Amino acid sequence: MGRVTGPVTGPVTGAVAGAPFQTSFHATETGIFIALFLLVTMVGFGAARWRRASDPRHLDEWGLGGRGFGAFVAWFLIGGDIFTAYTFIAVPGAMYASGAVSGWFAVAYTTVVWPIVFVVMPRLWTVSHRCGLVTPADYAEARFGSRALGLAVAITGIVATMPYVALQLVGMQAVFEVMGVGTTTASGLVRDLPLVLAFAILAAYTYTAGMRAPALVAFVKDILIYAVVAVCVIYLPMRLGGYGHIFDAAQHKFAVANAKAVAAGHRPSAAFVPGPKQLLAYGTLALGSAMALVVYPHTVTGVLSTNSRQVIRRNTALLPLYSLLLAFLALTGYMAIAAGISTANSRLVVPLLIEKEFPHWFAGVAFGAVAIGALVPAAIMSIAAANLFARNIYRPFLRPSASAAEQTAVARLASLVVKVGALAFVLGMDTQNSLNLQLLGGVWILQTFPSVVIGLWTRWPHRWALLAGWAVGIGYGTYEAYQQASPVAHHFGGSLAEVPGLGRTGYVALTAFVLNVAVVVLATLVLRALRTPDGGDATAGSERAGTGAQSPELARQRPPVAAPSAVAEH
Amino acid sequence: MTEPPSSPVGPPAGPPAGPPDRVADGGPAAPRSRRPAVTATVAVLLTVQVVALLAVGTYAKTGPRLGGFPFFYWYTLLWLLIGAACMALCAALTRDRPRDPGDAR
Repeated sequence: MGRVTGPVTGPVTGAVAGAPFQTSFHATETGIFIALFLLVTMVGFGAARWRRASDPRHLDEWGLGGRGFGAFVAWFLIGGDIFTAYTFIAVPGAMYASGAVSGWFAVAYTTVVWPIVFVVMPRLWTVSHRCGLVTPADYAEARFGSRALGLAVAITGIVATMPYVALQLVGMQAVFEVMGVGTTTASGLVRDLPLVLAFAILAAYTYTAGMRAPALVAFVKDILIYAVVAVCVIYLPMRLGGYGHIFDAAQHKFAVANAKAVAAGHRPSAAFVPGPKQLLAYGTLALGSAMALVVYPHTVTGVLSTNSRQVIRRNTALLPLYSLLLAFLALTGYMAIAAGISTANSRLVVPLLIEKEFPHWFAGVAFGAVAIGALVPAAIMSIAAANLFARNIYRPFLRPSASAAEQTAVARLASLVVKVGALAFVLGMDTQNSLNLQLLGGVWILQTFPSVVIGLWTRWPHRWALLAGWAVGIGYGTYEAYQQASPVAHHFGGSLAEVPGLGRTGYVALTAFVLNVAVVVLATLVLRALRTPDGGDATAGSERAGTGAQSPELARQRPPVAAPSAVAEH
Repeated sequence: MTEPPSSPVGPPAGPPAGPPDRVADGGPAAPRSRRPAVTATVAVLLTVQVVALLAVGTYAKTGPRLGGFPFFYWYTLLWLLIGAACMALCAALTRDRPRDPGDAR
């Protein structure tokens, strides 16, 4: 990748308007970066041989790693959903730019998410395991006997994953930019070549090894990341005069910025601690993001690839370690303030801080960690979205006779398509506010929550009502998000909007979700009154009956029978 | 802002909320008599941390500081640790019976 542009002679001014920062090419830094990247690539390809399956053509193998991951691997794999470019680039960037409400909420979100996982996931695991389900859309389809509902959940999952994968691309782009690799060349093609190359490698090994690749690479990634984070949270505060001074610097910066904004007639945008009018925004961002994470296809995929539900429960007690590190990584945004980093492009904050405060060799390691930290989740996300396409769109609607091997082949191709879709988001949206990419995905994916999660406890909602609620939620959420402008984008500039009737802003996803549920309830009452028939329940009894003796293989050979429901229904 | 299945943000001491009940249940063969107490405990342990963090107004202030961290920041981290401890307890309480073949390692 270093050869793409060759060494740039001397420091070059960054291309971002209003952000005079220096990027310069360093051989040591780039060399270490490339070495780490190559190592990970080899591990990725080698993963295809890891725990090789008896029937590698089955989608369970490519798409769920054979459902055999124990507590240890699962911890890395599920934790990988937390440690992404979101954590390294987007959250610290948001902290740097505007403080608590748009940044620190991520800590509350990644804390609140574990109890929700504890409640929801073991149950979803049990049903999926016994009925041979692979995706959240499988579940919605089987539970409510509606292929249309499965299709809606699948399409939402695929579309919502794209901006999240795009966020990973943006993270890598930020690293390349600060490393001075490619990004300072005038030619657009050359500028994006390192990124395209990195993603091509990712695509290739995901295609080859499936879920095993990110699971194995996750080890390397997390070891690197833990090392880098440990250094950052101990060494940087020592250099910068302690956490007290770091917080003071941030508080001062936001006070000055808000005073300026008010003087110029704008609304103050920064918050060191949420003000009375921002409490709802902070709370809804945290809760909405947490609920969204539970139904994101990649989270479900990660959870379903574990070998027991006890693994999931135990892991919820250990996974908060990731949340804790996310918190300290978030604070690197404030450290950047204390270190005097000045940029208008918040996604560059952490790479610039690393470049400024550390020797080149360590910067190389850190940048490698960030880039690999973007690759692993991007792989998991695209595999999850690909599973959705193969299982819930291709098989039921395009080719009902598709064999397991054919589904796997289609899923592999679809994983490539998802990455292309992600590129479209990178090109089409404001990537400075990169956190918003994830929030936007959350707006969409949260609308599948009633069909997937509520269904785990009750079949009371009517299938058409769920579909109607989904449509209303998606419509409202997309419209509201479209209306939000940011300084650099006219549309989709943010994910906070005024909640009707409350006079406060809140996370669009949650407002849309409440609307969604209201429609589900009303429409169900109407449909029941009209005696519209329900769909059959292919998962009947599986969440409680038996003790889990049925293996996925068995479930495959013997499709679940739609027996009279043994579950207490309304 | 809240809905039943994901965030049991109800009065914790009341009748056990739906979600933890079923999750805690290892299967129909599990002795029912033991369950209500376990269920209630799990519901409380899981609910408390969610409520504490979502009640943003109770901790959105700068002081008192702890180790340089303003109150708002260290309080969040404190609940992160309490939450992890609670979930470790919940995992132990809801452990599936060892002979359960589907959940054996």
